Amino acid sequence: MRAALFLTCVNDTLYPDTGRAVVRLLERLGVEVDFPLAQTCCGQAHYNTGYRHEAEPLARRHARVFRDYDYVVTPSGSCAAMVRDIHPRLGGRARAEGRGDGLARDLTGTGTRTYELTEFLVDVLGVTDVGAYFPHTVTYHPTCHGLRMLGLGDRPRRLLEAVRGLELRELAGAEECCGFGGTFAVKNSDVSAAMGADKVANAVRSGAEVLCAADNSCLMHLGGTIARQGTAIRPVHIAEILASTREEPLRLPATGAPVHMTVGRPGTEARARREGTHR
Amino acid sequence: MSSTFLGLPSFPVAARESTRDGQLRANLRHATHTIRAKRAVAVGELSDWGELRAAGAAIKDHTLAHLDHYLQQLEQAVTAAGGHVHWAADADEANRIVTDLVHATGETEVVKVKSMATQEIGLNEALAAQGIRAYETDLAELIVQLGDDRPSHILVPAIHKNRAEIRDIFRTQMAAWGRPAPQGLSDEPAALAEAARLHLRQKFLHTKVGISGANFMVADTGTLVVLESEGNGRMCLTLPETLISVVGIEKIVPTFRDLEVFLQTLPRSSTAERMNPYTTMWTGTTDGDGPKEFHLVLLDNGRTDTLADTVGRQALRCIRCSACLNVCPVYERAGGHAYGSAYPGPIGAILTPQLRGTATELDASLPYASSLCGACYDVCPVAIDIPDILVHLRQRVVEGGETVRGGVKTVLEPAKGHTTERAAMRAARWVFTHPAAFAAGRRAATATRRLHSRRLPGPGRAWTDTRDLPAVPAQSFRAWWQRTHTTKGGTP
Repeated sequence: MRAALFLTCVNDTLYPDTGRAVVRLLERLGVEVDFPLAQTCCGQAHYNTGYRHEAEPLARRHARVFRDYDYVVTPSGSCAAMVRDIHPRLGGRARAEGRGDGLARDLTGTGTRTYELTEFLVDVLGVTDVGAYFPHTVTYHPTCHGLRMLGLGDRPRRLLEAVRGLELRELAGAEECCGFGGTFAVKNSDVSAAMGADKVANAVRSGAEVLCAADNSCLMHLGGTIARQGTAIRPVHIAEILASTREEPLRLPATGAPVHMTVGRPGTEARARREGTHR
Repeated sequence: MSSTFLGLPSFPVAARESTRDGQLRANLRHATHTIRAKRAVAVGELSDWGELRAAGAAIKDHTLAHLDHYLQQLEQAVTAAGGHVHWAADADEANRIVTDLVHATGETEVVKVKSMATQEIGLNEALAAQGIRAYETDLAELIVQLGDDRPSHILVPAIHKNRAEIRDIFRTQMAAWGRPAPQGLSDEPAALAEAARLHLRQKFLHTKVGISGANFMVADTGTLVVLESEGNGRMCLTLPETLISVVGIEKIVPTFRDLEVFLQTLPRSSTAERMNPYTTMWTGTTDGDGPKEFHLVLLDNGRTDTLADTVGRQALRCIRCSACLNVCPVYERAGGHAYGSAYPGPIGAILTPQLRGTATELDASLPYASSLCGACYDVCPVAIDIPDILVHLRQRVVEGGETVRGGVKTVLEPAKGHTTERAAMRAARWVFTHPAAFAAGRRAATATRRLHSRRLPGPGRAWTDTRDLPAVPAQSFRAWWQRTHTTKGGTP
């Protein structure tokens, strides 16, 4: 089976480890992974901030880049929801504005062939045990668009429960938003920070070493909060846990040095990365 | 427009204060989480909740699509039953009509049933300016009025106050409004309720004019319906000689039978009750029973403009249950006052900018008062896609475009204050449609990654005041991919 990786612009730039983990995981499961280099951004930030017309060329471009793939896999619930739920609406709105069917036609189809990573694993590949090994306590935060727009349900949980050595800890208020919300995090930074602090406090209370989610943008917000607080829990994308094996384990950095987040002096980050993450 | 909310700060500015108020945060957290959990149980009991939700949305959509017809039918039915119907295009007209009606009775005091529409138009202030004193009789509205405060929740207007604060308000303020609080009043809920009961009883027995809103108006019978939990509303609706009801035009349902749906969904969504405690219905006037005179003031105040918007009109389905407030993480932290309107929370964030427009800084900030988490849409008993409307209204703010104000088609200019953001969005769109530029930018970010500060200046501080920035990695994903996989695929 061949699938295209829709990595998302945030992951491409800031979280390459997540991309490498998806490739490693899918290849291990026998999927031939393609990464169309022309991919950039699905337009979610533009659309959600109110710049629908600026999002249109991005959506159109996205559809063109992924047009020829039967399966498009993305390690982001919100970007999957953008392509599946919002892109068709863009076409509908353009039609309502008297701009014809062109956009709707261009954006048809890609959404139904786009899968969030855990959906692809459980629904398309039909696996919950992906042969992963991660001997740590983990609490899972279901991010909003995955939870409510995609309806991921218990898929991420079933995948995590099948990971050898992993102990899942309950997260109080799991279904409450972490407060990221794209530009909301900046436009309403006080409310966003208050929501983030509450989410981190609940994660810490779970006693888990790792706060796991299926969206790095939410983890960027939570991880930034964790790093600033100097809290011990570490944010990790679910792909990196599922990619981890006994032979090539994902090693967590020392306490206080989250996988992706820099704390302290310059150089700490490179050291943490050398010691901590898989290649 | 009501003057009550003029000159209030934008949502983020107001929320900056309220999120730091520990007492407020604790009060709101406790109250919203309690109601939220109860609602989930009450809704979970019904196996046909999904169908009821769809039916509610369908009834409302049908009614809104034929609103002109049903309004005329309602007017005829109310008139035939002995009532008088008045039409108010905006808040000023509605306030003028009500003031004139009260003046005509010769009275200077009125008792009020809890009503969102009269808050929306600032009726109490308008009456006060004409020498008429309005007494709120809903317990929570009474607390708010005595405390010279503003409601912060649709259903639980004093949700921001705890019982110790309420006791203090009763002790210090009741005497100025009528019967004083009993000596040695404690903060026990039963004692507080008894103090309010004694204070209000006097008003019910002596006041000759009652003012209400309505939850529903039945077009074919001319029946008005008020749902409440205390019985105070029923006192106001039955004891006075004159009853004046101010109701938004979207509150119509076509037939009595349509109430079947909403009398199930509204109580479960709002108070988590299986059946509403006090449901009062009246049709015009009846000799020897209830008010001798009944006036219905039908309020537009931006509703027809809202109806003209094919995306935003869903907001008019709202039955004011407040379930969306109780699940909203933003409402829970910012509190209701930050929304600067009678309608706080997610529904307020889509209703206020449509009813009032987006001309003020406050109203333009409301569509952004959401992380778009979607919890509000999930619980809405009439399936209003609140996140979709929020994004639609954000577009109205930043891109401008065609809208209807005061019944006239208007082309809005993009709002001021978004110039930098707009430029950034355009630049980002250009970069993302030119992958070579995207790749170059990423390479530049990687090359200079040691220089990136953990704390940003200017607008970026909104992020770095409380959160670190992620480190830019030494190697982007695509650099790794090109090194390891280029023979396998990845055509540019």
